[in-house]
Amino acid sequence: MVVDEAGADVLSGAAIDVKGLNFYYAGNIQALKNINVPVHHNAVTALIGPSGCGKTTLLRCFNRMHDLYPGSRYEGEIVFNNVNILADDIDVIDLRSRIGMVFQKPTPFPMSIFDNIAYGLRLRGIRKKGELSDHVESAIRQAALWDEVKHKLHESAYTLSGGQQQRLVIARALAVNPEVLLFDEPTSALDPISTSKIEELAVELKETVTILVVTHNMQQAARMSDFTGFMMLGELIEFDSTDMIFTNPSNKLTEDYISGRFG
Amino acid sequence: MAIRDNELKHLKEMILKMASLVEVSIRDCVRALVTQEPSIANAVIAGDLLINTYDVQIDEECIRLIARRQPVGRDLRFITTGMKITTDLERIADHAVNIAERALKLSEASPMRAYSDLSRMREIVQRMVKDAIDSFVNEDKALAKDVIERDEEVDDLNASVVNELMLVMTKEHGNVVHASQLIYISRNIERIGDHATNIAEMIIYMVDGRMIRHMADITGQPPKPSD
Repeated sequence: MVVDEAGADVLSGAAIDVKGLNFYYAGNIQALKNINVPVHHNAVTALIGPSGCGKTTLLRCFNRMHDLYPGSRYEGEIVFNNVNILADDIDVIDLRSRIGMVFQKPTPFPMSIFDNIAYGLRLRGIRKKGELSDHVESAIRQAALWDEVKHKLHESAYTLSGGQQQRLVIARALAVNPEVLLFDEPTSALDPISTSKIEELAVELKETVTILVVTHNMQQAARMSDFTGFMMLGELIEFDSTDMIFTNPSNKLTEDYISGRFG
Repeated sequence: MAIRDNELKHLKEMILKMASLVEVSIRDCVRALVTQEPSIANAVIAGDLLINTYDVQIDEECIRLIARRQPVGRDLRFITTGMKITTDLERIADHAVNIAERALKLSEASPMRAYSDLSRMREIVQRMVKDAIDSFVNEDKALAKDVIERDEEVDDLNASVVNELMLVMTKEHGNVVHASQLIYISRNIERIGDHATNIAEMIIYMVDGRMIRHMADITGQPPKPSD
């Protein structure tokens, strides 16, 4: 049990609860082994571990990205709002608007800054110009990008720097009011200043959105997350508050990994 | 880049060198007092410079490792413990200097009467410092806990010594200066015991991550607000 300073069990109200999750790629290769982990509301949860440990595979389970590849198979449950999102009858398009994803490399659409944000809103049936503009501005402001782009909303998204593009992508995900955002190595292609902005943004966004981030950068996990899970060879070795993981982990494998003795 | 094992080893060696100098200071300040030999007291006073230099160098090395290697887990606890215990070691050495300075003042006086409680307190405290350092070297939290438990006896002995010396001051007017110096010395020895206790508390943190400083006891439970 992980408790906060007041001694309350802070995990009791998990936004997402992973229960006994096994995942197999095509060819029956098991990539995740009996994962049990809570993802807490309004917190940043980081997944760390050496390459090939399964952290990105786990992240992609949360919005069923593996469904895009034939032959993959899930066992167990991921419970989100009392529903097992691994069930066959889940509408994955709807799921992906509620659990958004931000990738390693910025992926703006080949269109204007405004239209990048408006794209998902239009798909949701928002057509009125005024309403659309309000939503676009709100999302860009939430992503801390407004002051940098307000004068050029109708220019191509490709005119932005890498760091700005990544915040634009975050704004695009935020525009459709997701409950959860999945970050897959969100800053590995960015310079230190842009990295710092994305980290600060994630910490601000957790007030309204639950955030799960996969990172190779342990200092990033230490800086921005509230909870950290350490994975190795498809297993979740340890999960605890980030404070505990980085000052007094209980598993020697975690200790050796975070202190750079392997990985 | 991860912290290298030889960097931690080097840091530990610096702390142990400083600790051994501090142990010598404690031993010699007491010798200076007993033998009334000024050269021993002067050596303790002069030796403090090197101890202070180690204190600064160890802090600088710890800060460098934190900045350059971003230590976490056991490494982080080891380095923060190193920074804190060297502060205590430096203070212990300052108390040894105080004792040496008073020994110098007393060296011209007639030989002193032996005070058994003061002698007993000195023995316990010297052992506490040695054991606190040993608990650091061997990461021995049982020994560290034992050091902490001994501090209470030191406090009691100090109270007893002070009472006895106050009585001497009221009854033997010729010994007022002498007795007042010994009260200061007793207080310095008692403070050395406190610093050895601080070191032992940090060793427990270093070994298992439990911060027990300022706790009501050493169970690791914080005192209740009403305590």
